[in-house]
Amino acid sequence: MKTCGATPGGPDLAGVDLANQAVIQGAVLRGGVGDGVPNGAPVGNAYVRLLDSTGEFTAEVPTNELGQFRFFAAPGEWTVVVLAHGAREELKVVAKKGEPVDLIVNI
Amino acid sequence: MSRATSLVSVAWVQENLTNPNVVLVEVDEDTTLYEKGHIQGAITFHWRDDLQDGLIRDLISKEKFEALLSKNGIANDSTVVLYGGNNNWFATYAFWYFKIYGHNDVRLIDGGRKLWELSGFPLTTDVATRAATRYVAKERDNSIRAYRDEVIAAIGKTNIVDVRSPQEFSGELFAPAHLPQEGGQIKGHIPTAKNIPWSKAANEDGTFRSNEELSELYKSAGVDFAQDTIAYCRIGERSAFSWFVLHELLELGNVRNYDGSWTEYGSLVGVPVAVGA
Repeated sequence: MKTCGATPGGPDLAGVDLANQAVIQGAVLRGGVGDGVPNGAPVGNAYVRLLDSTGEFTAEVPTNELGQFRFFAAPGEWTVVVLAHGAREELKVVAKKGEPVDLIVNI
Repeated sequence: MSRATSLVSVAWVQENLTNPNVVLVEVDEDTTLYEKGHIQGAITFHWRDDLQDGLIRDLISKEKFEALLSKNGIANDSTVVLYGGNNNWFATYAFWYFKIYGHNDVRLIDGGRKLWELSGFPLTTDVATRAATRYVAKERDNSIRAYRDEVIAAIGKTNIVDVRSPQEFSGELFAPAHLPQEGGQIKGHIPTAKNIPWSKAANEDGTFRSNEELSELYKSAGVDFAQDTIAYCRIGERSAFSWFVLHELLELGNVRNYDGSWTEYGSLVGVPVAVGA
């Protein structure tokens, strides 16, 4: 199965006050090729953890049926950890207001 | 009241899926999870509709608890095995609830729904039904529940543990960062409370840390195990998680969950409040 659409990664940002929110979001896909295009199968039962700059746990959300997740973070450095059956991925990101981080995580 | 009697592994659950005396109960914060898929045979309780009185702010009455369990086919001698999403927050709250009403054999799946899924074990959408029973609950055991006046009396005297995130403790946020910002009328924490977030007691896969690690976690933060301890959070679920750690895993008898938590305390008139780390 392949996904396609104008917005790669996380859920639709319509209605999100991006000027005042430092959004970190994305989609977890299995079997994609890691080229930034969402072309794998969505992983709907992954768990995504947000760790602060010192590695402390801050929040965790499960992915939705499209493999998507979203956090409203504070501006700064964060680590996103994706856990799924047989997979663990860790990504360093920098959150900024007005500039959402939109990730494609291939596992 | 020990790791051996209060916790089961996902492997144990797999081996007991058809055990007629075992009743799996899923309790989630996101109450749509059960219908999307759950462990075979599991029933579900809705944390608000089933477990909140609804009229007054309190646990459901003994009679309503008996009716809930009877309707769902739980008997007095059933082995109730609880699990849920969000690192078992609401499942540990339900565990505490079963203890309040004196259920004999209640356990928690170590790692909860998350570890079950991460292990690749199957979920089903088949809704389980069980023959009704006639459950008889005990009177509430208030030795594991703290009320606001007891919390105020504990300030500066015995252990108060605030298990919320550092940002909620310091007064920056009302609620965890992934939830709507609602809670008490004001922000902050109960003076002299130690901030030991619930998450520090859990491993990445949702299982509990070892007893040695857990003991060190609380002791190094200044919790004196010889004294009484009250745990609180925002609405009493995360503190049920930490209550489970202290009361069930570390086997401390003198631990209570303040389920009124910050939504009550942070709305009281005239009580002392602290802010900052």
